Amino acid sequence: MIPLSWYLILSAALFSIGLFGVLARRNAIAILMGIELMLNAVNINLVSFWRYGSPAEMSGQVFAIIVFAVAAAEVAVGLALVISVYRRRKTVVANEIDMMKW
Amino acid sequence: MIDLALVLEWVIKSLVVIFMLLGGFAYLTWFERRILARMQTRVGPNRAGWQGLLQPVADAVKLVFKEELIPARADKVIFVLAPILTVVPATVLAVVIPFGTQVILFGRQVNLAVADINVGILFLMAVASVAVYGIVLAGWSSNNKFALMGGMRSTAQMISYELALGLSFVLVALMADSLQLSEIVEAQRTMWFVVLQPVGAIVFLIVTLAEVNRAPFDMPEAEQELAAGFHSEYSGMKFALFFMAEYQKMIVISIIAVTLFFGGYLGPFIGRFPWLGPVYVLGKVVALLFGMVWIRATLPRIRYDRLMDLGWKVLLPLVLGLVLITATGILLADEFGNSLVWSIPVVSILAGFLTVGLVDRSLRRKFNALR
Amino acid sequence: MTAEQIIQQILFFISAALTLGSAVMVVATRKLIQAALWLIVSLFGVAVLYALLDASFLVVVQVVVYIGAIAILFIFAVMLTQRDQRDKGPQLNKSWVLAALVGLATFGGLTFLVSSWTGFGAAAAPIPAGTVDMVADLGTALVSVDQYVLPFEVASVLLLAALIGAIYVAYNRK
Repeated sequence: MIPLSWYLILSAALFSIGLFGVLARRNAIAILMGIELMLNAVNINLVSFWRYGSPAEMSGQVFAIIVFAVAAAEVAVGLALVISVYRRRKTVVANEIDMMKW
Repeated sequence: MIDLALVLEWVIKSLVVIFMLLGGFAYLTWFERRILARMQTRVGPNRAGWQGLLQPVADAVKLVFKEELIPARADKVIFVLAPILTVVPATVLAVVIPFGTQVILFGRQVNLAVADINVGILFLMAVASVAVYGIVLAGWSSNNKFALMGGMRSTAQMISYELALGLSFVLVALMADSLQLSEIVEAQRTMWFVVLQPVGAIVFLIVTLAEVNRAPFDMPEAEQELAAGFHSEYSGMKFALFFMAEYQKMIVISIIAVTLFFGGYLGPFIGRFPWLGPVYVLGKVVALLFGMVWIRATLPRIRYDRLMDLGWKVLLPLVLGLVLITATGILLADEFGNSLVWSIPVVSILAGFLTVGLVDRSLRRKFNALR
Repeated sequence: MTAEQIIQQILFFISAALTLGSAVMVVATRKLIQAALWLIVSLFGVAVLYALLDASFLVVVQVVVYIGAIAILFIFAVMLTQRDQRDKGPQLNKSWVLAALVGLATFGGLTFLVSSWTGFGAAAAPIPAGTVDMVADLGTALVSVDQYVLPFEVASVLLLAALIGAIYVAYNRK
């Protein structure tokens, strides 16, 4: 018997860890990893609300699946950008990529 | 409450599957070497035991006693972990396969499948997508540029071909109206899916060759180009694990192909003697494995850029078209009578010929441009 | 409490510890490739949580999409953007203390918010009787006109756009 609160606290913790990663890491790829952790926290929340709220309706799982799609799209474009920047500037450190145009 | 006898049954069934794969791996190496030798007018291993049947044992003993090397400045943890990560998915894949219906054993109804779960076909997809990691990490952790290139090649190759693999799973799921493997087999009672999906079956077989890195798609370990690729730094038991994983994957992927397209455990008299199920599976698997060895003996390795072109520009559009054809055919059969289900093989064979024709034309053009 | 419930709780704690512990390693470890590996462990822990929540389809999708595709893309990107295996220099920026404070504040705020909600300690709703195959229900929900077919199609268009965009951005014009 697992109360809903455990899942909610777990996902809050995962979200905060991801947020820390996004704010504190220097490497752009590591920042994207932090975003993935945050998206996973969101998904845990969605699925646990679905399971504890109304399992007869599929809305929670459907939202989670759409989050999957968005995450996949975001990673594909984000990593393509990182690789493109690396090719021109030879760096993936977010602080050093500060010019609008070069 | 969980039944103790049920747990015992699961453990025994898992052990049977594991030992079946281990034994199968050992004798598949012997099988392949003998057949290859025959095709190349040699004799092959025939010294250890009758007809060389003890050769796998001798090889295993040799590999166990070899020195284990870890390259300097390699990532030690990952280096040791990688072979394990390669073997585990190859073994786990087999648990959802049904090897037969139910048999009576010691007064119990026993299902001849370890875990016949309701998302079986998706499970296959998931485990197949995890199988990339062992190879990538082996290539990365070896601290060797050939190994790294092999690892990168295999990642790109396996991810690219996974799309076509997943879509050919979709074909079968559409035909059987289920994701559960036992129901997929039962749906083939009247007719094997290879008859209704001939092109789909061929695409599946090509894609699986690429997924298990077999010739002619064995780029990740091309001896002549990469000095054995991702496992060039491995020796002893760790190398044996990679070797084992490759052959186990061959076996498992043949079992999957049999289950999805060649009627699985179905065959004559299966209703009366359920024990025949595993025998039929074994026979069909040996036939497919013979085909794999034959392909290895026949076809040269294809170039890496052509491999990617084949995956992305030929197989993926073709299998997408097949999904469309199959879905339309099923709808038509539902609306206007069952005989219209035959539109699926007819149109898909046409699509297959169209694809081959287009590839042929494009290759001809390139050839003429070169001249 | 029955034995099955206790087993469920133990499973929850193991997978929660796995998820959170490896998430901490993702943001804290120095070597980027190891961060990617810890990310895989964390994603796997989340998959186990989905299994505990009876969402079998999502378990498989989590493994296929996140572990099989997204994480491998990360590893690929790490391999492509590094000259050698050693990651030199600090991996955290100067304001990491502030970032940690923001993270802690977010955790505290979120926990406070949800704990003041009435449904906080709710027990799991029973699976409605008569549900034979939840995967089939989910599939129907995704393609029914009166349910989620529009978001589903929009997501597929988004994926296509991302595919083309990624190829365009990363394409090496030479």
